[in-house]
Amino acid sequence: MNVDKNPVIFIILAAITILVGTLITTFIPLFAGITAVSTENIRPYTALELEGRDIYIREGCNNCHTQTVRPLPFETARYGSYSELEDSAIDRPHLWGSKRTGPDLARVGTKYPAQWHYMHMKSPQSMYKRSNMPPYPWLGDRKLDTRYTAKKMKVLDYPFPGKDAKDLDGKTEMDALVSYLMRLGKEVKGTP
Amino acid sequence: MPVDTTYDYRAVKGFALSSLFWAVVGLLVGILISLQLVYPQLNFGPWLSYGRLRPIHTNALIYGFTVPAAFSIFFFLVQRLGRTTLAFPGTARVLLWVFNAAIALAALSLFAGMSQSKEYSELEWPFDIGVVVLWVVFAIIIIGTIVRRKEEQMYVSLWYILATIVGVAIVYIGNNLAVPVSLFKSYSVYAGANDANVQWWFGHNAVAFVFTTIPLAVFYYILPKSTNAPLYSHRLSIIGFWSLIFAYLWTGAHHLIYTPLPDWIQTVAIAFSIFLIAPSWASVINGYGTMKGEWGQMRSNYLVKFIILGITFYGLQTLQGPSQAIRAFSALIHYTDWVPGHVHMGTMGWVTMTLSAGFYYIFPKIYNTELYSIKLANLHFWLVLVGQLIYSVTMWITGIAQGAMWQATNADGSLKYSNFFETLTPNFPFWNMRTLGGIIFLSGFIVFVYNIIQTVRKAPAAARA
Ligand code: HEC
Ligand code: HEM
Ligand code: HEM
Repeated sequence: MNVDKNPVIFIILAAITILVGTLITTFIPLFAGITAVSTENIRPYTALELEGRDIYIREGCNNCHTQTVRPLPFETARYGSYSELEDSAIDRPHLWGSKRTGPDLARVGTKYPAQWHYMHMKSPQSMYKRSNMPPYPWLGDRKLDTRYTAKKMKVLDYPFPGKDAKDLDGKTEMDALVSYLMRLGKEVKGTP
Repeated sequence: MPVDTTYDYRAVKGFALSSLFWAVVGLLVGILISLQLVYPQLNFGPWLSYGRLRPIHTNALIYGFTVPAAFSIFFFLVQRLGRTTLAFPGTARVLLWVFNAAIALAALSLFAGMSQSKEYSELEWPFDIGVVVLWVVFAIIIIGTIVRRKEEQMYVSLWYILATIVGVAIVYIGNNLAVPVSLFKSYSVYAGANDANVQWWFGHNAVAFVFTTIPLAVFYYILPKSTNAPLYSHRLSIIGFWSLIFAYLWTGAHHLIYTPLPDWIQTVAIAFSIFLIAPSWASVINGYGTMKGEWGQMRSNYLVKFIILGITFYGLQTLQGPSQAIRAFSALIHYTDWVPGHVHMGTMGWVTMTLSAGFYYIFPKIYNTELYSIKLANLHFWLVLVGQLIYSVTMWITGIAQGAMWQATNADGSLKYSNFFETLTPNFPFWNMRTLGGIIFLSGFIVFVYNIIQTVRKAPAAARA
């Protein structure tokens, strides 16, 4: 049999070759429970936090911010305790990021009061004159779109409607985003 | 000259011109985001803010430039290497229009902020379905043409073409599985560390099956054609091919060093990253070996210049990449501007140089004419080379400097630059130089596009149809 004379056999062999590493490095972690953690201790997202997270995704904040603190001394000194599997266990998608044009945000919810974020998001340059973070003033003017909230919570299997359903009333996109930022670092129950 | 009717070049032409068009769009956006990083006042409202534009830059150059370049050149190669005409030529031309409409709509959706957030998989689920359908049609045309070839043996380029088809299909579908909640919003089926692991299994294999096997298919064809010398070693290309497509799939987690992902997955990825030097360099050695006794052509033949510089950057890239996978070095450069330095040596040096050589080779053939100007081709070469070097070198310097500032501690163990902001502004002069490098690179690319357009314009009327 001559592999390089039969395109169909060639494709099958290539697919098998490609699937070996795929199976071992992605399927095994997925199905053998290697990355499994108990989600018992994880605070589910509130509806407002989830909507805020979706705005974070929409604005592409992850293009400049990571959300994973490495277990290295200089890193924990800067950002707080290092990230563990629990911290993102219920996150779909993950938002670990790959580039730190700005600082890591994994623990930012424990760093500032909410009011700080309102000012910073509206104009980062009002705090750091030469910050290159884009200003997001319009988020404060836009009413939060809650048409899909219930469906989102259901797809993600977060409890809804809980006592937080009416938290959404009259909220702006900025409110949602800040509520999400204030959650970061408090995923596991018992953290401040 | 009589018009060659053995081959059907209509889709080849359309995809080539589309590719050049989207490349210019993607490069312009690249320059804009590079500027925004120093001048945030250039973020004009939601649609033109950095967080939305950066994915437009990457998607335009991956799916708008590299992919249609592959469609074009592959449609050319399967006909030439099989000495047969394209299968389903009508479908191929429909594919062209659907493809361009899809890219335009996809760009709009990214402007509007519809995003899955995963790097290079940002497009929302309706586009994912579109991409899969387009890809299947593309595969059918390619395989259909290969099946009816008159040349029994499949040449190396065809192997890389087939691997591209299979590889992209597997990793693209795998990473984009999601549950829709509305027409333009979906959630990944994977959560947390699993999602990250699948994402970078995809991410690194987008590098493998878009930025590696596509240019390699072109490289293996153009190199012997342009030098008129036989390929150095067929055996080496067989070993290189199979070990490359085997090893790449194991390496995704080198993007996740020091994350919560279990250590063994990271370690396996690091080991395979280092192993990858071998199959990568198999192609580099094949390139240099073929040049034995032909090095004089580096001065006289512009095509050889593009191909050999391209494979040289590929060689450097595949040494630098594995070094970045090693924990000690990753600790320093991960998340810094070093990485865009790496990325753009690969994309601007290896991918763009090699695809340009492919276009320079095919355009005169498909339009039945000669290249408009070799002088301009040489100018193009020097401008993109200088632009790319400025880009990469400045990013490596500022990346290392920033990584070192993040690590710097005082005698008492406290951070020397405890406010992140202090480590941001030292990047600015380098980012400005990067913008300059980008402008030089784009000028070179525009010279290229001009040269191609002039070539098309002087083609005999019959060939222009
Ligand atoms: C162009 C890159 C960029 C983008 C896009 C960006 N940021 Fe930032 N961000 C920065 C930089 C740089 C800083 C540090 C300087 C400052 O505080 O303004 C920062 C700081 C922050 C901080 C303060 C962190 C701290 O520890 O002090 C928060 C919170 C933040 N950004 C949230 C966001 C959110 C939410 C988004 C998306 C809506 C976003 N950023 C988009 C670059 C960016
Ligand atoms: C032997 C081959 C290669 C290896 C082992 C390798 C390794 C790596 C590593 C470890 C990173 C992550 C850096 C970090 O974030 O700390 C990276 C990033 C990247 N590499 Fe390579 N590389 C290789 C070849 C290439 C080639 C040929 C290209 C072609 C353009 C390329 C394009 C990229 C891109 C686009 C990224 C950025 C991903 C992101 O963070 O968004 N690499 N590479
Ligand atoms: C005019 C030339 C170019 C300029 C000015 C430019 C600029 C940029 C900038 C500013 C970024 C963001 C870096 C960051 O996050 O800090 C980026 C990222 C990227 N660019 Fe380009 N670019 C150019 C050419 C290209 C080409 C030709 C390609 C591909 C064929 C490409 C592919 C990418 C990719 C894949 C990334 C993501 C890198 C990562 O995640 O680390 N770029 N580019």
